[in-house]
Amino acid sequence: MRVSEVAAKTGIEIVTKSFNDIEVANGYTSDLLSDVMGFAEEESLLITIQAHKNTVAVASQLDLAGIVICNGRRIPEDMRLAAEQEGIAILQTEENQFVTSHKIYSAIRE
Amino acid sequence: MPHRFPILSEDSADKVPSLTMEIIFRLKVKDAMMTSLWTATKKHTFREIQTVMRDNEISGVPVLDDNRLVGIVSVSDIINALDSGHIEEPIEAYMSKQLIVLEDDMPLSFAVSYYNKYPYRRFPVINKNKEFVGILTTKDVLTAILNEMNNEINILENQLHHDKVELPNQIIREYIIKQFDFEKAGQASFKLKKLLKEKEVSRKIIRRASVAAYEMEINVAIHSNGGKITFVLEKDSITIITKDTGPGIADVAQAIEEGYSTANDWIRSLGFGAGMGIPNTKRVSDEFKIESEPGKGTIVKSVIYLEETDESQ
Repeated sequence: MRVSEVAAKTGIEIVTKSFNDIEVANGYTSDLLSDVMGFAEEESLLITIQAHKNTVAVASQLDLAGIVICNGRRIPEDMRLAAEQEGIAILQTEENQFVTSHKIYSAIRE
Repeated sequence: MPHRFPILSEDSADKVPSLTMEIIFRLKVKDAMMTSLWTATKKHTFREIQTVMRDNEISGVPVLDDNRLVGIVSVSDIINALDSGHIEEPIEAYMSKQLIVLEDDMPLSFAVSYYNKYPYRRFPVINKNKEFVGILTTKDVLTAILNEMNNEINILENQLHHDKVELPNQIIREYIIKQFDFEKAGQASFKLKKLLKEKEVSRKIIRRASVAAYEMEINVAIHSNGGKITFVLEKDSITIITKDTGPGIADVAQAIEEGYSTANDWIRSLGFGAGMGIPNTKRVSDEFKIESEPGKGTIVKSVIYLEETDESQ
């Protein structure tokens, strides 16, 4: 299932104008970027509240499918621009990481 | 109400290059101000001061009373004196006494905000003890920024000058990492990733090299005074080396332990500094080594074989 399909199925909004709409292989939920760096698998959606540019750098290094920002955290302009440049989707939801993880898990596993 | 620097307003902050911002925060008023000055006392006449201004091509003279700044005489005060006919009189009764001053320990950014806030092009500078120590003009600020930029460029050029010579079948890339530069942290790793893609290295190896390079780069930015990262790509391996200029690690064995970190709260709030950087790097490396000397610096070396090994993730 592609990033855009996951977004449509879960009702989570995509905020980047352009991105590589790749197949989502897995998900990883963490607010600790060092932990993401160590353990997130490629083509995963990262579910987090870390809304800043360094998250995009980590996602790009790991070839992640996208970043899902929870709790309605504001996405800074430089983060959005960096993500568009790297072709990484940023999604945004008012819900917390627990609920979001469940929704995305259900979408890609069922 | 806290005063907000105009240069840091949301509209303009993006437009100021980060190096310039860094410089005006690092430099202090005393690093830029003029200290060799003509000064006057209250008893001098406007005529005497006008002569000093004309002969020395200056546009303002501070008035001192025993090292204390009591006033300032500017060109417009002289013009007023000529106009009103008190040019031959002592300045005491007429000089500008409402003074906006800077303190010598303030960062230069503060002075820049003053130029935005007030119509004056020069500010007297006082020290902690309220003694007059100098004057800061817009020209002094520009000169100080340009000098400092020159120094920065010299430092960068010197660092690049010592680039190693490549052997045949070897590609070497070297990048400078500055302390706390999160804006650029990760750039060197991006470039390594691009290079490895061009060389058609397998995705798994690229991923491992990216993790190692990124963690090592972030570590230098977070924990050291700055340094450089070097990539050496050879036929059968990629070697990543970071070398910093201090402060060094007192207990390397402890630093390698998962969960140990000396990062501050700000770094932690960004999601780093959890003591996982070194373990992450070690996990993706086929060879890993840290050498450190407190007070001097740290060298970290990670080697990843291009031939896939079984235990690699």
